[in-house]
This record gives sequence, C-alpha cells and structure tokens, in this order.
Amino acid sequence: MDMIRLDNLHFRYPRDTFSLRIPGLAIEKKEKVAFIGPSGCGKTTLANLIAGIYRPNAGTIMVNDFNVSELSDRRCRDFRISNIGFIFQEFELVEYLNVHENILLPFLVNRSLVLNSRIRNEAATLANSVGLGDKLRRRPGKLSQGERQRLAICRALITRPPIIIADEPTGNLDPANTGLIMQLILEQVEEREATFLMVSHDHSLLVDFDQVVDVHELASGSEP
Amino acid sequence: MRTLLLAWRYLTYHRALAFILVICLTISMFLPLCVNLMVDYYERDLIERSQATPLLIGARGNRYDLVLKSLYFTAEQPETIAWSEVEMVLDSGRGIPIPLHVRYSAQGQPVAGTSPEYFEFRGLSPKDGTLPLMLGDAVLGAGVARKLSLKVGDYLLTDQASLYDLASVYPLKMKVVGILNDTHTPDDHAVFVDYKTTWVIEGIGHGHTDLAAADRSVILKREEKNVVGNAAVLEYAEITRDNINEFHFHGDWANFPLTSVIVLPESVKSATLVKSQINASKTIQMLVPLEVIEELLGVVFRVKRFFDANFLLVAIATALFMVLVVMLSLRIRQREMETMFRIGCSRMTIFWLQVSELAIILLISAGLAGILSNGVLVFAPDVLRTMSH
Repeated sequence: MDMIRLDNLHFRYPRDTFSLRIPGLAIEKKEKVAFIGPSGCGKTTLANLIAGIYRPNAGTIMVNDFNVSELSDRRCRDFRISNIGFIFQEFELVEYLNVHENILLPFLVNRSLVLNSRIRNEAATLANSVGLGDKLRRRPGKLSQGERQRLAICRALITRPPIIIADEPTGNLDPANTGLIMQLILEQVEEREATFLMVSHDHSLLVDFDQVVDVHELASGSEP
Repeated sequence: MRTLLLAWRYLTYHRALAFILVICLTISMFLPLCVNLMVDYYERDLIERSQATPLLIGARGNRYDLVLKSLYFTAEQPETIAWSEVEMVLDSGRGIPIPLHVRYSAQGQPVAGTSPEYFEFRGLSPKDGTLPLMLGDAVLGAGVARKLSLKVGDYLLTDQASLYDLASVYPLKMKVVGILNDTHTPDDHAVFVDYKTTWVIEGIGHGHTDLAAADRSVILKREEKNVVGNAAVLEYAEITRDNINEFHFHGDWANFPLTSVIVLPESVKSATLVKSQINASKTIQMLVPLEVIEELLGVVFRVKRFFDANFLLVAIATALFMVLVVMLSLRIRQREMETMFRIGCSRMTIFWLQVSELAIILLISAGLAGILSNGVLVFAPDVLRTMSH
C-alpha cells in the first residue's frame, strides 16, 4: 500500500522562474527513500510539498490517506503535527531552551498535543537512547555538532510520526559523526516502522535505502 | 501557559536585551507616573491644609510666601506684622486669632511660635509629655523628634540667626516638654513654642541677673530709676523655673512682631467684615489660603502640562524603539519561527509568542515603575521638605 503518492504535480515559487513538475511518484509504507540530484533541482522543495509546507499549483499529493494539496491551513498543520517528523541540515534547535525542552518543542508550540509526565519521561528516555541522558538541562550551544544533530533527531521522533523527513541530516557533520548519525536515524526509523525520506548529496549514504529518486531526472522526464 | 514559558525562557536567555528593554520602559513609565503621583500628593496635601485654614492676616507683599510660611513653614520670610493686629481681631469679637511667628530654626527645623489655640485648631495632641506650658518650652513634631532623636526632657538649641553678627542674640536652649502625634502634615516637621519664646529668640525679651542686687563689678551706672549694667552682665541662654522671673520684654508689646495671624471667624458674615476691615489697611492684608494655593497650583499645572508633552515625546520615542527591537528580533529569529512553523506551530501562536515576550517586559517595567514611584512617594515628601528647610 502506498504511504505517499504524487500525481501530475506542478509547483512554482511565486515571483521566481523555478518550477518543479513530477509526473508521478509512489512510496510505500516503511520504505526508505532518498531524494538526490544537483543543487537547485528541487529536492528540498519536493520534501516540503510532501510535508504540506508548500502548496502545489496543480496535481495531487496523497500522504497517509490525506490529500495534502486540498487541506486547509489548519488541517494541514494538524496533519504535519501527527504525520511528519523533520530533521534539518542546520539542526534548527532553539538556543534558549535546554535539551529536554528542545525535544519537547513540538508539544510546547502545539496546543493540540497534550504535554504530560508520560511525554516528559519519553523525551528523557529518547535522549538517553541517543547518549544525551546526562545533558538534559544543557543548552544546545554547549553541545557538539554530533550531539546537536542527535538532539534534532529526538525532536523529530518525540511525536511518533509515521513519516520522517531529513534534509541533508549529515551535511554539517564530520565523516565520523556522519556514519554514527545515519546509523542512529536508520535504527530509529526501523524501530518505529516509519517511512523515511532523505534529501542528500552524499551518494555513499544511500546503500541502506530502498528507493533512490533522482529529482532532476524525474522532473526533466516530465518536461514538455 | 506554554507560550508564556517559551517567552520567559527567551527573555532569561537574552538577559542583557531584556534588561535594556525593561530599563528603557521603566524609565519612560516611571517619570510621568512619578510626576503625576507627586503632583497629586502635593495638590491633596496643599489643598487639605489650606482648606482647613479659613483666613490669614499678614503683611502686604508676596502672598505665596505668606501662605507657604504660615501653613507649611517653608518659603522666604515675609514682612512681619504687629501684635496689635491680634488685639484688633480680639477686640472686634468676630473671630479667634491664632498668632504665628515662624522666623527662626532650631537644629535646622523651623520654630513656630504660637498660642495654645493652634494645637486645638490643627488637632495636635502630644503622644509624650505636654504642650508648651512656659517660656522656653518646646514641643516637637513627630518627624523632628525622629530626625533629631530627641525625647521629652532633652534640650535643643535655636540656630544662630547670623553667623557674622557677633552682637546678635545668643542661641536659646529650649527644653523638650512634649512630642506630638504623627499627623503627616507640615506640623510633623516643626518645633512649636509659645509665641513669646520666639520674641526671646529674637532678642526682644531676655533674662539676666537682677542688677539691683548685683555687685558693682557688673554695674555701669546707677540712676534714680534705672540701673545700667556693663558687658559683664550674664544673660541667660536657657529659661528655667529658677530664672523665668528674670525674663522680661523691652518695648511696646503692641509692636512685637508676628509672621501672620490665623483667624477663625465666627461666621461667614464675620469673615467678610474682618476681611474688608483688614484689606482697607495699606500695610496688612487678609488672605483666604485656599484661593492662594489654587492660584499657585494653577502655575504648577501649567508647568506640568509642559512636562506631560515631554513625556509624550519620550513615550513615542520609546514605542518606536520597541518597534525597531521587535522588527530586528523578528528578522534575527526568522529561522527559529520557520522551524516552529514546520513542526506544526501556527502563525498565530508565533505571534502570541512575540506578544507574550513584550507583555512580560511591559509588566515587569510597569511593576518596577509602580514600585519606584510609590517608593518616591513615601520618601520624597520628607526629602523635599528637608531640602526646602
């Protein structure tokens, strides 16, 4: 069964010449998919379209039985909260919150999510599982690059999303940390039986992926 | 609550920024708030006391000085009037005159010479000791007693009127016979004596050894009715039960000086009659203190309007500064906000997060401005009163 299905997708940034056309793409549940391609080909744009952050100009995006392209802003936000976990290249941690609060950030900024002691304990357990258990009260500024990305992974996982989207998650890491972080992400994805989409330039990371999509090729195949 | 937690975390992390904003806002709130509270306080204080004082007789001249000196024991010394003015009111039977002579000071505090009716009129009663019973007795306002750490039985000296006049009268040592209850009025900050004691301080009255019985060494010449002493005659610097009978006044009592006379008229008609009688004189005038104070406050309010305009400009400048800070903050935090949006935060929540941060800063600033203003209100009257003396 398809977890994600894209049909005749067309997206164009307002006041920009760039446009992305995807004739079709299907991703199954628990599948690990990598989006590759040269810079500027639309990898991140495609990930953002699937997450409902951007709205397509035409075509449909079905994600976990939601027609994302037709959801209202509010429903789209709710969809994102319950379905998508994000891991960013620049980690995008909140500097003024400590490790524990950063993991709990989705609960702190969404009223629809209930923040209780069970979730707090789960955040602590998650931090413990990635080696941050003794640094819960530390601020991100006091962590190493690898620790910061591990913290960002915990934040993506705390809502138990069925889909995890990682945009160049190792782009800011040294080779030693790159391997460790990729291993950690894939372990967590498999443990949670999540569908995993990753935007990457690094072809050496793609061995464990079920499907590799070259966005440039996919898009140029649809050009009139 | 979660938005408030995030806002609080942001502000505590960026302490320096929050501190600067709080200081800017506190100052821009404190100044107008403090000025308004102070003006209100003084307006109330001035109006209450002037309302309670129906009529005042004094020398023609500066009306403000006359009222301020007689009611609040501050301002420049106005011209004096003669004791005969008191007698004139007494003789007319149209009111009760209360003499006031406020010309000297004792250890920096104004000395108010008056009659026993003053204490009854102002509702002053001693919490310790008694009211002045004899020449040289002093009763202290509660504030003076606290400031000078004096109690009943202690002594205080009047201040030398002129440091450069060696022939001037020596300071008088006065005995504290009573301390008044706190009234939170200018009476708390004055030393009260009988009006005749102020004439002794002035040198009109004095006491010395009986020359008729004195030995030849202090006698300059003896005449049929007079004995003239030389400079060796010992003048008393303190009035005691033993030497009080040696004190006497030289000159015509009717001409002895007073700063002013408070008149408590029998009726409105009596007040009008006394007023017209007094105001016919070329040397003295009768004032309604409330009218003078309201006139004075009119000037104060005109000045205050100027300050209000200044405060408005400061408020506008501060508001623009705040807008600039918020705009810069939004720009700097664009990625943070975008991340929050991506993980499901609504734009409205992001807006409320910013509003919460501003609200916390505004609340802290308003609280600080309120505390500071009230603090000033508690201490400023005493400080200003001390400065004005």
